[in-house]
Amino acid sequence: MPPTTLFEKIWRRHVVHERDDGRTLLYVDRHLVQDGSAPAFAMLRQRDLVPRMPERAFATPDHYVPTNSRSLADVRDPEAARMAQALRDDATGAGIRFFGIDDPRQGIIHLIGPEQGLSQPGMLIVCGDSHTSTHGALGALAFGIGASEVAHVLATQTIWQQRPRTLRVTVEGTLGSGVTAKDVILAIIAKIGAAGAAGHAIEYAGPTVRALSMEGRFTLCNMSIEAGARAGMVAPDDTAFAYLSGRPFAPAGEAWQCAVRDWRTLRSDDDATFDREVTLDVSHLAPMVTWGNSPEDALPITGRVPDPRDVDDAERREAMQRALTYMGLTPGMPLAEVTVDRVFIGSCTNSRIEDLRLAAAVVAGRRVAKGVEAWVVPGSGLVKAQAEAEGLDRVFADAGFQWRFAGCSMCLATNGERVAPGERCASTSNRNFVGRQGPGSRTHLMSPAMAAAAAVTGRLADVRPLLTSAPAVSAST
Amino acid sequence: MERFALLDAAALPVDRPNVDTDQIVPARYLQKPRSDDFGAYLFRDLRFAADGHEIPSFLLNQPAYRGARIVVAQRNFGCGSSREHAVWALFDYGIRAVIAPSFGDIFASNALKNGLLPVVLDEPVVAGLLEQLVRAPGLHLVVDLQAQEVRVPDGAVHRFAVDPFAKHCLVEGIDEITYTLSLLPAIEAYEARGEVLPSAKELQ
Repeated sequence: MPPTTLFEKIWRRHVVHERDDGRTLLYVDRHLVQDGSAPAFAMLRQRDLVPRMPERAFATPDHYVPTNSRSLADVRDPEAARMAQALRDDATGAGIRFFGIDDPRQGIIHLIGPEQGLSQPGMLIVCGDSHTSTHGALGALAFGIGASEVAHVLATQTIWQQRPRTLRVTVEGTLGSGVTAKDVILAIIAKIGAAGAAGHAIEYAGPTVRALSMEGRFTLCNMSIEAGARAGMVAPDDTAFAYLSGRPFAPAGEAWQCAVRDWRTLRSDDDATFDREVTLDVSHLAPMVTWGNSPEDALPITGRVPDPRDVDDAERREAMQRALTYMGLTPGMPLAEVTVDRVFIGSCTNSRIEDLRLAAAVVAGRRVAKGVEAWVVPGSGLVKAQAEAEGLDRVFADAGFQWRFAGCSMCLATNGERVAPGERCASTSNRNFVGRQGPGSRTHLMSPAMAAAAAVTGRLADVRPLLTSAPAVSAST
Repeated sequence: MERFALLDAAALPVDRPNVDTDQIVPARYLQKPRSDDFGAYLFRDLRFAADGHEIPSFLLNQPAYRGARIVVAQRNFGCGSSREHAVWALFDYGIRAVIAPSFGDIFASNALKNGLLPVVLDEPVVAGLLEQLVRAPGLHLVVDLQAQEVRVPDGAVHRFAVDPFAKHCLVEGIDEITYTLSLLPAIEAYEARGEVLPSAKELQ
C-alpha cells in the first residue's frame, strides 16, 4: 500500500459509491443535530420520508435555549423558543436520542459529542453547523453541512462529497505561560488567511499539537472553518484514548481494546505526502486578539491597531478601513488601550473545563472592572457541574461575573442574548463578523485567559503579567 | 429544484472580500420558516438602517441594480456559518449565480442544492468585472452553464469549471435525495459489510 494520510484512511473507509466524475457518496457514522434543524426535518416531511438510521443521530438544543434559566419561556422571542421546541418534537418523533434543556447533560452539540463518547476516532461525523470540525480533534473526519444535506443524511445516512485536498499544519515550539490553543489557531488563521485552507482538510501535527490536551485540540480544530477548511483533524493518540475511556457511549471492555488497536493505525504514514504544508513556530507567540471583522485580522496583544495607509493593496486597504470604522478603532493605537463593555466566556470554541479553570485563575481575587458586564456560559451541563464542584462558579461570581447555564448564547445571539449596538465585547467565541453578536456589536476574539484579563482590567490586556503578579483587589466596583 | 436556465441579467457588484453568511442573512432571521420571502432579509444590515430605511450607498438600493440576478464579489464569498438561509436569501431575491474568485465550501455546496450557481473566476478577471459593473450600472452578464462560460458585453468570454454531477443536477433540476435513494442497494451493501462505526450491536 502506498503511504497515505490520516484523512485518506478515514475517507476510504467510508466510500459507499464513487461516480466516474469523482463525486463520492460517503457513509455517515454519526449525525449530530441541533435546534437549527427544523427546516431539514420539514424537507423530509415534504418528501414523505423518515430518518433511515435514527440510532446514528443524536440531538440537543443549543442555539435557541436561554442561559439565564432552564425555561424556554425565558427566550423572549416565541419564534426563537419554538426552534428548540421543534427539535424536541422532531427528534423524539423520529426516535433520535435527545438531551433536552432539562437534562443535566444538555449543552453545545460540539461539547456533547466528545463528552458523551459519541464522537470517536475514525468516524465520519456531520452536523448542520460549521463548527463540526471540532470533533476532528479525536481523529474523526467531521464537517459542517447545510439544511438540504442534513435532510439528505437523515434520509440516506450518506453524504456526497468531492474529495478535498490535504493540508498539514505543523506546529513547533513550546507555548509560553498564558498562551493557549486559541492563540495558536488565531496565529494560523492570521498567517494563511480566512480562505487560506479553502477546499482542504487540515491535519494539525507537530510536537506542540501532540503536547496539547484534548480540550486544546478541540479549540484548534473548531476554528479550522475560520481558515476556510472543510475539516480539521489530529491523529488520535494516548491523549485521545485517555479522554474517551469510560465515556458513556465509548466502547467498553473487549470492544474498547479492539477499538484502540484499530485507532492506533489512524495516523498519516511517515512518508505520506500532503497537497500543501504549513509550519508555524510558536515559541515566541504572544496572546492574540482580533481587531477587525474577519478572524484573519488577528495580532499579538503587544501590537497596535494597524494603519491602512501602510498597506499597498487597494482592496485590502478598503477592507481594513471599513473594519476600523465599524470597530471604532484608531490606527496606531496600542491594542492594550482598547476598552471593553462586555466579556463573553463561552461557545463551542472555549467553554470547556480547562478554559474555565484558566479564566478563573486570572479572575481569582480580582474584580470585574467598573462598567463591564462579564458572563461565563459553560458549554455543557456537565462542564457547569464540574466547575461548581471545583468552586469555580464562586470565583467568577465573587468577582462580579454572571454564571450561567449551557448554550451557544452570545456567540451568535440567536437566543436573544445580544451585545448591544456599539458595545465592544471581549469574546472567546470564533467569529468577529459585523453584527455577529447582535446588530452593531463589536467583537474581539481571544482566549479565555485573555477574556478574563479584559474583564478585570476593563480593556484588552496582556494576561501574562496577571498570571505572575498577586491579585490586587481593586475598589473600582 | 428549479432548473438552471441560461442567465442574461444585470449583475450586482459586492466589492469586498470575506462576505460572510452573517452579512448575507443575519442570525436573527434563521428562525423564520422557509415559506418566508428570504429575499427581504438579503444583506439586511448592509441594505437597511436599524429603523428600516434603505441605506442609499448600498448598491442594491440603486435603481440600476435592483433587478440584479447575478452577484459579483471578491474572494471567500459565503464564508462562515453553514446556514442555508444565505442561499435562500439570494435565491428568493432573484439571484441565480454568484461570481467570485473563491467561496466558503459549505455555502457553495448549499447553493448547488438550491438552483444557485457559484462561479469561480480568477481574481484579476473578477476585479475587472467589478470595475465594469461599478462604471456601468445595470450592465448585463451572461452566465451559460451548458457552455460553462461567462460572457461580457465587451466580447470577453471567461470559461469556468463546474463539478459535472452538480451541473447535471442543476441543468435537469434533479433532487439529490431522490437520486441517492436510487443507490440504496449500494448503501445497504456497505452497511452489510459491517465496517460501520459503531457497530449495530454497540448502538443498542
